[in-house]
Amino acid sequence: MYRPKIVENLGEDEWIYAGHPACHGCGAALGLRHLLKTIGKKSILVVPAGCTSIIAGTMNAATFNIPFIHTAFGAAAAVASGVAEALSKKGMDDINVVVWAGDGGTYDIGLASLSGAAERGHNILFVLDDNEAYMNTGIQRSGGTPRGAWTTTTITGKKEEKKDIMKIVLSHHVPYAATASVAYPLDFNRKVKKALGIKGFKFIHLMAPCPPGWRFETHMTIEIARRAVLSGAWILMEYENGRLRLNPPSSNMLDKRRISLEEYLMMQGRFKHVKRELLEELKRDVELRWSEIKEILEKQGKQ
Amino acid sequence: MGEVMYPVTEPGEGAAGKTGNWRWQKPIIIIDKCVKCGLCWVYCPEPAIYLDKMGYPHVNYEWCKGCGICAHECPSKAIEMVSEYE
Repeated sequence: MYRPKIVENLGEDEWIYAGHPACHGCGAALGLRHLLKTIGKKSILVVPAGCTSIIAGTMNAATFNIPFIHTAFGAAAAVASGVAEALSKKGMDDINVVVWAGDGGTYDIGLASLSGAAERGHNILFVLDDNEAYMNTGIQRSGGTPRGAWTTTTITGKKEEKKDIMKIVLSHHVPYAATASVAYPLDFNRKVKKALGIKGFKFIHLMAPCPPGWRFETHMTIEIARRAVLSGAWILMEYENGRLRLNPPSSNMLDKRRISLEEYLMMQGRFKHVKRELLEELKRDVELRWSEIKEILEKQGKQ
Repeated sequence: MGEVMYPVTEPGEGAAGKTGNWRWQKPIIIIDKCVKCGLCWVYCPEPAIYLDKMGYPHVNYEWCKGCGICAHECPSKAIEMVSEYE
């Protein structure tokens, strides 16, 4: 019996069944598969309205082999808080309560209940699966849509910036918050494991490209997620008790060792219309984010 | 009395039916070129790729939707996408 090392590390158990209704090359389905591999059977998954409500299966069919709760769009974190408290009253502390919410269920509609759960510090893991628009209902803009991106409600490209959800979550002084990408499953796996070992409200922001919504060929999902990280548009990092740490490959990219932003943006149909002026602006946005991170790291070094 | 239908569903394969029917291109694994890195298995969102005892990957065509991620990510180009209509 031979198994590649990466397969051994991720584990061969599958808690998501094949033949689910996700689109071809779905980034969220891949993220879910790796999340469930890591959290295992002793877990309860709480999911608000979104693509995952469909992936979970329609009447008389179910995709996930673990307990699963469908909730109203804004209520995922609130329902999970209740479940976590009930479990702790019953002394069943070994069960993981995990929220898997899309960007609508986190950035916009679910923000109030997310904030409440984070402030009260319930023992839950909140995973934000970010495909940067309301993909399930037909690609409408959300607070998570980046500047310049086409959606069906921003035909000429979104004018506003992507909401910085990490700063919002960190302002609740949560013990653990991290970003991850579907192109780096081992990194995601490690972060989920680490989060489950910490008591309190944990937050993981996972980037999951969406072929129909981002307008690219289905085989490019991983390539685009990878280029997002390599171009610096998406930064892999983790905050442990408020202390920032960059993770590879982002940790080597502080001094601009990145591929150009065009190599990431121009592969996607949603950025096709972007002209040079806007491109320069988007590049400045990325630089600004990196300079902020540099500042935080320098401040930490002095302490 | 007819059969009672409960609002509880049993998990199982094929929640969306035979998703292999969605496929317009088909991944073919060329075992001779395979280096057994396992990346096709890692990146399959379905999961429709399984590993045999030797660690070689195989595709379950009943569920594979033919997205082509495995062929694109394969470092040794051991997976070819072939059109279903030829």
